[in-house]
Amino acid sequence: MTHSNKNAWSSELFNLFRDGGVTLFPFIPDAGNARLIELATAHNETRPVLLTSEEEGVAVCAGADLVGKRGVLCMQSSGVGNCPNFLSLAKGGDFPILLMVSMRGDYGEQNPWQYPMGQAVDPILHAMGVLTFWVERSEDLKTAATAALSASGKGGQSAALILSQKFLGAKAF
Amino acid sequence: MGKPTPTLDRREVLSGLFPSPDEILFIAGLAGSARDAAGLTNDGDNLFTMAGTMGAAVPMGLGVALAAPDSQVVVVTGDGELLMNIGSLASVATMAPGNLSIVCIDNGCHGETGGQKGHTSNRTDLAKMAEGAGLASVMVLETADQMETAANFLTDMPAPRFLQVRVTDGPPTDYTRNMNPAQCRSRFRNAFLGIR
Repeated sequence: MTHSNKNAWSSELFNLFRDGGVTLFPFIPDAGNARLIELATAHNETRPVLLTSEEEGVAVCAGADLVGKRGVLCMQSSGVGNCPNFLSLAKGGDFPILLMVSMRGDYGEQNPWQYPMGQAVDPILHAMGVLTFWVERSEDLKTAATAALSASGKGGQSAALILSQKFLGAKAF
Repeated sequence: MGKPTPTLDRREVLSGLFPSPDEILFIAGLAGSARDAAGLTNDGDNLFTMAGTMGAAVPMGLGVALAAPDSQVVVVTGDGELLMNIGSLASVATMAPGNLSIVCIDNGCHGETGGQKGHTSNRTDLAKMAEGAGLASVMVLETADQMETAANFLTDMPAPRFLQVRVTDGPPTDYTRNMNPAQCRSRFRNAFLGIR
């Protein structure tokens, strides 16, 4: 994936989140969300929230929901493993949590440490009641993002938009 | 060297700190913190309590504070819960919400599971950890004669604030609260948003 491509899809995604009413972007930095977080920093109606652990972001989004606002927790796939206990808020509490997961450990991965959690993303999220919407190709981005926003909006579900390495490009070592 | 033996009864702390609780949005972590906060507000619709998700109170309070900047937000947590997600103090410090206070009821033990000793009964100093994280104002409350000062601290000092309350290992408030998380979410949202 070229730099200009990443800028383009990040802008498209940011605008979709904005149109969906997302104002908070709790995140753990990752190459896959770097440009999106830059956009959230620059815009005067959105705020990034730097976390220390991904699970915090689930609670930040739940807190925003309590007062009628919307967040999207942005993280790498390894961070999904830090979230299940707090996703009790999604499965048991009906908090509609929205996640954006940039994948490692799937298509073309060369780091063996990334495979265990990468391959566990779907099972973990499904076990905790979070729907998953995958982006494999550029043409999937808008439909998958719209579906995740709808599911976690009026749909009342928790949903994850998952950007695969087929879409993002695998990191070279 | 050592910390003074705590003398405060946790059941009397929150009512002393918050004479007008109706004006505040409260987020309380699991176990004793939730019961004390439910006793304070009569399990009101300005309170969201947890009975699981240990470590979620501070980041949930941060989310409320950022999303409702015109409201005063108070997190009630315990020493064990806070330590489980101590990094969230750094997240609070970085965002620096001017409407968030964190009250940590520190009984030095895990009261809900049988009173097993916790780190703060040994060498761990939560106030120093909060200072180190970068909270704007930090205070330790450990004697009854400091109660008024502590109440003023929570309204007058720059936020985000951290108040460590050292209490005895006695029982929390005897209050049976609603433990259905979905009902508690709806109750809080509807009250805040004015939905009937």
